Parts: sequence; C-alpha cells; structure tokens
Amino acid sequence: MKRSKGMSQVKLCFLMSVCLLFILTWTAEGKQAETDQVPGRTMARQATKAKALWSTTDHSKHEALQQAFKSGEEITRACLSCHSEAGSQFRKTIHWTWLGDSDHSDKKFGKAGHSLNNFCISTNKWQDKSCSSCHPGWNATVGEINCLVCHSQKEINWTEALEDFQAFVDSDDPEDLELAKEIQEGILESVQSIGRPTRKNCGSCHFYGGGGDGVKHGDLDSSVTKPNKALDVHMGVDGQNFQCTRCHTTKAHNIAGRIYSKPASPDRRSLIEDDLTPKIMCESCHSSKPHKFGSKVNDHTDKVACQSCHIPAFARVNPTKMWWDWSKAGNTKDGKHYKRKGAFGKYDYLSYKGEMKWEKNVKPEYFWFNGSINTLTVKDIIDPSQIIPVSAPVGSRADDNARIFPFKVHRGKQPYDKVHKILLTPLLSGKDGYWTTYDWQRAFAKGMESFSLPFSGEFDFVETTYVFPTTHMVAPKDNVVACSECHIKKEGRLANLAGFYMPGRNSFKLLDMAGWTVIIASLLGVILHGLGRIFTNGKRKGE
Amino acid sequence: MAVQKMNNIYLYTRYERFWHWLQMVFIFILLITGLEIHGVYALFGFERAVEIHNFTGISWLIAFAFFVFWVFTTGEWKQYIPTTRKMLEVIRYYSYGIFKGESHPVPKRKDAKHNPLQRLTYLSLAAFLLPIQMVTGFLYWGYNSWTDWGFGGLPLGLVALVHMAGAFAIFSFIIVHVYMTTTGHTIFAHIKAMITGWEDVEEGVEIEEWERAH
Repeated sequence: MKRSKGMSQVKLCFLMSVCLLFILTWTAEGKQAETDQVPGRTMARQATKAKALWSTTDHSKHEALQQAFKSGEEITRACLSCHSEAGSQFRKTIHWTWLGDSDHSDKKFGKAGHSLNNFCISTNKWQDKSCSSCHPGWNATVGEINCLVCHSQKEINWTEALEDFQAFVDSDDPEDLELAKEIQEGILESVQSIGRPTRKNCGSCHFYGGGGDGVKHGDLDSSVTKPNKALDVHMGVDGQNFQCTRCHTTKAHNIAGRIYSKPASPDRRSLIEDDLTPKIMCESCHSSKPHKFGSKVNDHTDKVACQSCHIPAFARVNPTKMWWDWSKAGNTKDGKHYKRKGAFGKYDYLSYKGEMKWEKNVKPEYFWFNGSINTLTVKDIIDPSQIIPVSAPVGSRADDNARIFPFKVHRGKQPYDKVHKILLTPLLSGKDGYWTTYDWQRAFAKGMESFSLPFSGEFDFVETTYVFPTTHMVAPKDNVVACSECHIKKEGRLANLAGFYMPGRNSFKLLDMAGWTVIIASLLGVILHGLGRIFTNGKRKGE
Repeated sequence: MAVQKMNNIYLYTRYERFWHWLQMVFIFILLITGLEIHGVYALFGFERAVEIHNFTGISWLIAFAFFVFWVFTTGEWKQYIPTTRKMLEVIRYYSYGIFKGESHPVPKRKDAKHNPLQRLTYLSLAAFLLPIQMVTGFLYWGYNSWTDWGFGGLPLGLVALVHMAGAFAIFSFIIVHVYMTTTGHTIFAHIKAMITGWEDVEEGVEIEEWERAH
C-alpha cells in the first residue's frame, strides 16, 4: 500500500509537469511559427514572383521619336502615331476629366465638378489655374495630353525646355544653336525613355497634392519615391520594390483605385478566385485569411481591414499637414504679408493661406468604411453650428462590405456663406484670386461665379474635416499594431467606435462591481473565519 | 475535547487526484489570463493571454469529457447527489462548532467523501457553473462561426457577461475552497489527502446508509 502511494505521487507530479510543459511549448511554438511563411505571404510571393517586368520595345529606336520636337503637342502626336487608341482611352479616365461617377445630375463629383475639400477648397471648374499644374496636359492646361508626365522615366521641366528650345533654335548665333541642340538632346532623352509609370511619375502629382509634399495624403509623400522596407514593405527598394501599377491594376488607362463614392474594388476576391481581378485589395494577393491557420487575427478580417493593424502610423518619414485654418489668412507683420516656419521646417503660418499644423508619425483615426467616401459639394446645404464633414467614410458595422479602416483626418476652418448656408469656393490664383488681392469678397464672388452660384456677401469660417483612407506605408510584420492597442479599457485606438462589445475594451460596470464585491467578501470571510479559529481554538491547532 | 484515534484511509483514487489538480491548473491559468483579457492588469500581453486562455479552455473541454465518462462509469456520481440531511449540522459546525473544537458532524469515508455542503457545492460546480463557463467560453471562442451555427443574432456582450459572472463565481469558490482545505485535523491534512489519496479520519463514526455512494 505504502509503495503504491509513493508511486502515484511521482506519477501525479509527472503528469502535471507534462501538462505544463505542453502548454509552454505550445505557446512558444506559436511564436516561432510566426517567423515562418504564413499562407497569405506565401500566396502573395507566388503572385508576384516574376519580379523583372520586361518590355518588347525600346522607344529610343522608334522612328517617330527621332525628331526635333518644338512643342508638347508634337511629342504627343508622335506617341499617338503608334499608340493610336491611347489618347481616346486616356481622355475618358478620371485622370483627365477630374470627374467621378455621379448619381446626381445636378451634382458632379470630382475636382473639376462640384466636390470640395478643406485644402484649396475647389478648382472652381478649372478657373483656379494653380490647380491645373497637376493636370496631365501640356503647359498645365487641359488642351493636349502630356504622355511624358506618366510614362517618361527621365523627368525634366518640359515646358521650360521646349520654350528655351524655341527661343534658341531660330537664332543666327552658333552659340545659341549649340544650346538649342543640347536642350533638344535632353528633350529627346526624356521622350525616348518610356515605360510604365514609376513611383516617381505617379508621385509627381500624388505626393504633392494640396500644394506641397505630404500636404494631402499622410501615406503618400516624397519619402515613398525611394522608400525602405521599414516604411513600406511592398515598395521598399530593399525589398519587393513595387511600382504603383503593381497593385493599381490598369485597364485601358483606367487605373484601379477608389474614386469618390466608387470603391476601389466592389468585391474582395483573391487572384485564386479570379485571376483577372484587380490587385488593388490586400486580399487580391494575400487572401482573406492570410495569417497562420487557426490564428485569432484571421477571425478579424471580416470586420477589420488589414491596414488597421499593418499601418501603425502614417507620415513616418516626412510630416503631413493636419490642420489648415483659412480664417487666420491675411495677417500682416510690419504691414507686410509674411510666412513663418514652425516644426519640421514647415510653414505654420502663411498670410495667403492661413494657419497650418504639421505632424509626423501620426496614429490614424478609425471608422467603418465600405470603400465609398461621401464628399460634400458646393451645392450642399450645411449646418454651421456643427463641424462639417467635407468628406466622410461610408459604412457601418451592419454593412458586410465595411471594415474598420484607418484614416488621416485633416481638420481646418474654411469659409461659408452665412445666408445661403453653403461652403464657399474662393478663387485663389490669378489676378482676381485671393493670393493676389487678399480680398475675400472678390475671391468668393469670382469663385462662386464659376459655379453660377450666388454669394450673399456675408461669410464666416466653419470647422471642417476631410478624410484620407490610409493604405500605403504598410509596415513590416514586426511593426504591427499590438492587440492591446485596441483591446484596452481606456484610450484604445478604437475607443470611439461604439455599438459593439470588444473584449478588453468593454465591460459591464455593474457586474464588475458586484463581482469584485463578492471576491472581497469571500476573502474577508475566510480571513475572519481563520482568525476566529486561531483565537478560539488554538489548542486544536497544536494537536 | 477527547483525543480521537485516527484511521488512515484511501479516499481519492489516482484519476480523481489527477483530475483535481489538472482542473486546478486549468482554472488557475484561465483565471489569470481571463482577468488579463478583461483588462484588469497586463501580464502576458493581450495576444498571448488570449492564446493561452483559448488553448487551456479547449483542453479543459476535452479533459472534462473524460471526467464525465469517469464519474458515470465508476458510479462516483452518487457522491454528488444532493441531500439536506445533516446540512444544518454542517453549517452549524462551520459557523460555530469549529471554533469550539467540535468534531465534524459528517466525517469522510471511502463511500461518502463529501459532506452535504460539499455535495451541493461540487454538484453546482460540475453540473452547472463549469458547464456554463465551458458553453459560454466555447461560444466566445467560436464567435466568428455564430452565423454558421445559427446564433447570428446572439450579442457577444451577453456571452461575455455570463462568462465573466461565472469567472467571478469560480474565483470566489477558489478562495473559500482553498481556505476550507485548512479545516482538517491539521492545516494540510486535506491537501495531503488530495495529493496522496490517503487521509486520516476519526475512528468510530459510523456512516449511515444514506451517506453511502456504493
């Protein structure tokens, strides 16, 4: 009997240690497996393994491109002499029209339509010429397409080069002619270096939207021209080195991406499900269950966008503009308009624009998002007692297509008509523009005139918000948002998303109070009982 | 108080002891990680806490199936049949007699391991509280499959509420249970019995027919 007693003790200890070891090794193994390939990564690598993109043509050998170009239009004609459909294709795209799809006949979405923002507010139907510097036409006008801005791998200042060439080419001075020859060589080099758009091509507009580097997007600025892997795992030059078009699948010059109310991709399919699906969604290459099998994060993908965890912060290298207060514009110092530099060497005050705030390493704000964005137009009536969402993500928890998605929210103050209760679109550039006249009345009158809308003459400024979905600057897997940044009682990243129970964030106060009361009562109870035994019955204890 | 002669009897079988301590490990881990997930403190980190909690919970669920098998095939379930007989005496003992050094009104026997209070408590645990924790825990774990399982309309908050209430109840039980182990004839007598299987019980007290499990 005694022997078996000892044996069972040993066995019990053994069993318990096995049990503990099992738990410990299992959790340790979980950590180790993460460094290995997860299904979503394997799939994406497979989808993009052919890294060398090749071309069947060398544009420097094309006869059409061996000529002395005098103007942009001549260059475009040369391009279209081979690419016969490119022009008509491109003119139908949003890159050219600056008009998005619209359900309303009287409200047209787009920069060239009625849409507004809280930066330079509106292009005033092309009347604000400074906006057109990003229009892909020659000389910043809407005239003839400039193919080079997107397709030339040798960017030069074409307008200046062509003007200079024209100035020198007809001269009698041999020195001028020599100069003209040199300029033309530069032009030709640029014209003959043709390829698919690179990050630099796309970035020449998209990194500088709003009038400067990183003004608009928090996840797109000049740092993405040559990013490292730490800044963007996909585009990192020391990694996959993706160009924009790798994900922004293009059909007949229509480049995939969200367009106002139209989601970038209406369905979330992977290339396995549909090999011609645009590669614009993470799911396209990574599938909707990209993490290790059985991993809890896979359970999140139905409600949380990949970007929410994989982009812990935007503007990680260059700062981005977070605040633009037009109401402060027009101040003078010593009777003169002025500029003042603040943090990061960026202007925090400009007389002609107002007050700015710049931030770096910004934590996104999170909203339900189904891929559409509601953008306010110049025709929409506003309630100036509220903060006006000039653009806001569409989606809710009940929407199966919606995910919790990270956004840059650009805040600011912009003018509105106190009588008509609509946002005002001042004309900024040109002789009647605010930047020349510092005269709001004239700028508003001219701006609203371009829309054939009335301006009452009474204006004030109202606080507004504008959102940018954050989808670039995907960080390496070691730099993801930790579970506890959302699953936490206070000040979590998802603190403002209400209407659902989230473990770690939510609790029932009454139950917690009752529960802890019971626990404390139990403890007090046994302590008192124990003390009672010690004091009343010490003799028995010593037995 | 008369000194009673003690008899050393084999009270808990090997599997029973193993189950008890395995369950202790499970509950201990689940309570520690569960409270962390609830946001009471940070210890393992939320992610790791969830991993451990889920793994332990599922393990317990599997192990519990073996316990159910054991308790029915061995007839040990009869030890858990609730009774009110001598219930008042037991309550009186713990609230009064124990301070006077009286003997336990229902001493342990091989075929009557639990006093009426224990029977009720352990039955509530094994047949009610633990299954509730297991069901709500399993539901919690399978949250993403609720629509497939036909519980699409069930709010997660409700499951979380019941699971948390159960956790508080178990926590409270642990406190009292651990304390009660010290109420044997020596402080560690009961714990020793649960480790070795052998317990010293007072000699001479007859067990009545109703107390017998076999």
